Amino acid sequence: MRLLPLIASAIVTTALVFTLNIQLKIGNAKAPRLGYFLSPQHGFWKNAEKTDANFDASIVANELQGNVDVYVDDRLVPHIYADHDQDAYFVQGYLHAKFRLWQMDFETRVASGRLSEIAGADKLPIDRMFRRLGMVYGAEKTEANINETNPNMKATVDAYTAGVNAYIKQLDPADLPFEFKLMNYAPEDWTPKKTYLFLMFMSYDLTGRSASVDLQMTNTRDYLGYDLFDKLYTNNQDSLDPIIPKGTVYEKSSIVPVKPLNADSAYLLKANSVTFNTVDMPEAPDKNNGSNNWAVAGSKTKSGRPILCSDPHLGLNLPSLWYEMQITTPTHSTYGASFPGSPAVIIGFNDSLAWGVTNAGRDVFDYYEIKFKDTTENEYWFNGAWKATTKRKEVIKVKDSLDVVEEIAMTHWGPTMFDAHYQNTQSNGRNLAVQWTAHNTSTGVETFYLLNRAKNYDDYLHAISLWTCPGQNFVLATKSGDIAIKQQGSFVARWERQGDFIMPGEDTSFQWQGIIPTNENPMIKNPERGFVSSANQKSTDPSYPYYLGAASAFPLYRGISVNMHLNNMFQITAEDMQKLQTDNYNVFAATARPALMKYIQLDKLSIDAKRMVTEMTNWDLYNSVNAKGITCFKIIWDSVEQAVWSDELAGSAIPLLKPEAYVLLDQMLKDTNWSIADDINTKDKVEDLKTQVTLGVEKATEKLLALEKENKLEWALFKATRVLHLTKTPALSRMDLPIGGGVNIINATTENHGPSWRMVVHLTDEIEAYGLYPGGQSGNPGSPYYDTFVNYWAEGKYYRLLFLSKEKLKQSERTKWHMQFQKSNS
Amino acid sequence: MKYIVSIFLSGLLTYAVGIYGDLPWWSFVITNFIIAIALPIKPAQAFTAGALGVGSLWAGLAFGIDMANNHILSTKVAKILPMGGSYLLLIFATASIGALLGGLASLTGSFVRAHKS
Repeated sequence: MRLLPLIASAIVTTALVFTLNIQLKIGNAKAPRLGYFLSPQHGFWKNAEKTDANFDASIVANELQGNVDVYVDDRLVPHIYADHDQDAYFVQGYLHAKFRLWQMDFETRVASGRLSEIAGADKLPIDRMFRRLGMVYGAEKTEANINETNPNMKATVDAYTAGVNAYIKQLDPADLPFEFKLMNYAPEDWTPKKTYLFLMFMSYDLTGRSASVDLQMTNTRDYLGYDLFDKLYTNNQDSLDPIIPKGTVYEKSSIVPVKPLNADSAYLLKANSVTFNTVDMPEAPDKNNGSNNWAVAGSKTKSGRPILCSDPHLGLNLPSLWYEMQITTPTHSTYGASFPGSPAVIIGFNDSLAWGVTNAGRDVFDYYEIKFKDTTENEYWFNGAWKATTKRKEVIKVKDSLDVVEEIAMTHWGPTMFDAHYQNTQSNGRNLAVQWTAHNTSTGVETFYLLNRAKNYDDYLHAISLWTCPGQNFVLATKSGDIAIKQQGSFVARWERQGDFIMPGEDTSFQWQGIIPTNENPMIKNPERGFVSSANQKSTDPSYPYYLGAASAFPLYRGISVNMHLNNMFQITAEDMQKLQTDNYNVFAATARPALMKYIQLDKLSIDAKRMVTEMTNWDLYNSVNAKGITCFKIIWDSVEQAVWSDELAGSAIPLLKPEAYVLLDQMLKDTNWSIADDINTKDKVEDLKTQVTLGVEKATEKLLALEKENKLEWALFKATRVLHLTKTPALSRMDLPIGGGVNIINATTENHGPSWRMVVHLTDEIEAYGLYPGGQSGNPGSPYYDTFVNYWAEGKYYRLLFLSKEKLKQSERTKWHMQFQKSNS
Repeated sequence: MKYIVSIFLSGLLTYAVGIYGDLPWWSFVITNFIIAIALPIKPAQAFTAGALGVGSLWAGLAFGIDMANNHILSTKVAKILPMGGSYLLLIFATASIGALLGGLASLTGSFVRAHKS
C-alpha cells in the first residue's frame, strides 16, 4: 500500500508549489514569487532580450485613421511618419508603452498616492502626503477642463491613451516588463487622467518644495525672530546676474499688490509657540531641481545662425524620465525628448525653430492657517462667519491590509493638508490648507503641442502664453534668426515676503491679489548682447514690480557662470556649446576660495590641515573627475559654514533652514567684525571670523584625512554620481560614474541629480542637432539599450541626432528597423 | 525505455504548457504527475525522470536565453536575489527549482500507480 507516501509526497509537492508561488519576506523587502520569477517561460528570463534583437514589427490597429511608418535608428530612437496627427500620438503612446510601460505605471502611482497598493503599508506616509497635497484633485480638474473646453487636446490625449492601451492589450503575460514580475503586480489600462497625474507630478517636482520650505521658513523665523531671520535669509543677492539683464526698465504693473495693514503683527513679526516638524515630510523635491538653457544669436556664431542649448537638471533615474523620438506628420516635423506618459515632444526642435525650458522657481504654493468650528471640520472661520467645507474622500488601497481613507476638508483656499488626522509631530492641532496654482485647471500639454508646430516667434509666444504650472523659462531660437526667452506660468502677484511663511487664513487680508498678466511676465527678445540665458536665478533685478519669492529658491552662481562665458564667446560653433554645457568651472569657489584664505590663520594650522589647504589653493577651480582640490574646498567650506551657523541654529529642537552660501560669502567679502561670527555659547570671549574659519579648517581636515584613507579624495570618487533605478535597487542602477561637475557648476551633476537631457541645436538650413540623456531608449533592464548612453553622457560626449525626411531616413545607414502600423482593413 | 520516455515526455510537456502565458508557471507539476501515472516506473526512477525532464529543460532554456543576452539581465538578477552576480549560479538555481518540483510531481504520480497495483 502506497497511500501514505502518496499523501506525504502530494503534500510536500503542493507545499513547495505554494511556497514558490508567494512573495516571501527577505529582511525588509519582499522577494518575487520565486517559482514564477525563475521559470524560463514565465519569469524574468523572458525579459532577457537578445543582444541582436530585431525590432521590425507589423501592427494592426483599428483606432488608426491611416498608415504609420516608424523607422528605428541604431540608438533605438523611433522616427514616426504619420499621415494624420492623431495617428502619430497613437503610435507615440504605443511606443512609450512598448519600451517604458512599467515606469509609466510606477510614476503615476507615486503621483496619485497608490504605492501602498503594490508595496504595502510601508508606503502609506508617501501616499497620504500626495493625496492630501491634492495631486489627484488637481489632475481631475485639468481633465474636466480639457474635456469641456478643448476638443482638440482631448482627442490628442485620447489617441495617446488608445495607443498605450493597444500595446497593453496585446501583451502576453509572459512578456510583462521585468519590474512587474519583480514586484508581482500587473499593469492596468492607461487613462487620460494618468497623463494629467504625470504632469501634476512635474508640477510637484518643480514647485512643491514650498510644501516643506514654507514650514521650515516659518520655524526658522519663529526661532530667530524676524529681524535676524531677514539678515540670514536675506532676499538681497548682491552678485545676482538676472535672466533679464540688470537695468531693464519695466512698465508699471497692472496689479499693485498691497501689503495688509496688520501684516507685521499678524504675520511677519508674529512668533508662534508651536512649530512644525518637517522631518515628517516623507518626501520633498530636490533643492537642485533646475536647469540651464540659452540661445546665442547669429551675430555671435561662426555660421551666422543661432544655436540653442537646453539641459534640464532633475533626478537621474533608470529608466530615464526622457524618451527620444521624431514625430513627422503633414502639419509638422519635430524631434526631441518626450515624457513617457504624455503626448508630444517636451524639449526639442522642429524644422523652423528650437525651444528649451528651465524652472522658474517662483513661489506658487502657500499655506493658510484654518480655524475649524469643531472636529468634524464641517465649517471654518472666514471673514467673520462660519463657512462650510466640502469633503473629499481619498481611498488608499493597501496590499495585504485594509483600505485607508483620507477624508480631506476642502476650503476655498484648497485642500487641508495638515489637521488632526494628518499631523506633524509638533503641529499641535494647527490646521493648514494649501493654495497652489497646480490645483487650478491647466491646459495640459497644449503648450508643447503648439510648440511642436510653431513656425516663428509669434507662434512660440502664443504657445507658451497658455502655460500655467510649473512656471518655466522658455528659450527660443528660430532659423530666421530670432532668439528670445520668457518666464511663463501662472504667477501670483505678491507683496514682499507674502507666502514665505504660513499665512493667516481667517479672512481675505492675506489672500492672493491676482495672477500676473502674461504680458507682464519677464521676457526679452533679440537683446544687443547677442544671447539669452537662464539657470534658475532670479529672473529680474529688484526693479521688477512683483515679488518673485524667497531668494533661497534661486541659485546664483550657475547663471553668473553661463553669462560670463557667453559674454566672452564669439564665432561660436555647436562644439563650443557642447563644451560649455559640460563645463566644470566653479565660479563660486573662484570668489569663495580667496575669501577663505583671507581668514585662515595658516600659522595656527596643523601640518595635515596645511597640506589640505595647499591642495585647495593649488586647485585649478575646475570640478573635474580627478581633482582633489575641489573635495578639500567643499569639505572646508561646509565645515566653516557649520562653525559659523551651528551656534545660531543648533539650539532648535527642529531642523531649520540653512542660510544660503552667498550670505556667508558676502559677509566674508565685506568685513571681519561680523556679530554673527561670534560663538554665542562662549560668553567670555568674542570669536571673530578668523577664529571660526580656522576652526572650520581643522574640523574639515579630520574628515579629509578619513577620505584620504579610503582613497576617496578625488572628486568623482567622493561625489559617486549614480543613475538610480526608480526602485533604488543598486543592481539595476549605474553606480559610481566618473563624472565631474556639481552644485553651482554648469555641468550640474551631483550625487543623483544633474543634466537629465543635454541638447544643442544649430539652426542651420538643415538642422544640426546633438543630444543625449543618461539612460537608454529601452526601460528593460534586460536590454542592451537599457543604459546605452550613460558612459557617453558621463564623458561629456554627444550623439548627432538624426532628423530627416522619411525618404532620406529610409536610406540612412543608421536606420536599422521598420515598424509598420496599419488600419485593420487595409 | 519507459524511463527515457518519461524524461523526454516530461521535458516536452513542460515546454508545451509553458508556451501559454495564461497558464500558471507550475502547470508542469500536473503534466509530470500524469506522465508518472501513465508510465509507471519505480518511485526513485520517477523522481529522477521528472527532475531530469524539467531540470534539463529549464537549464537549457535559461542557458540559451542567457547566452543570447550576453548575461546582461542574469548578472543583475543574481545581485538582487542575491548570488554575488553569478549568472551560472542563477542558471543552476533555476534548474534546481524546476528539477526539484518536477521530480516531486513525478514521484507523487508514481505512488498513485503503485497504490493501485
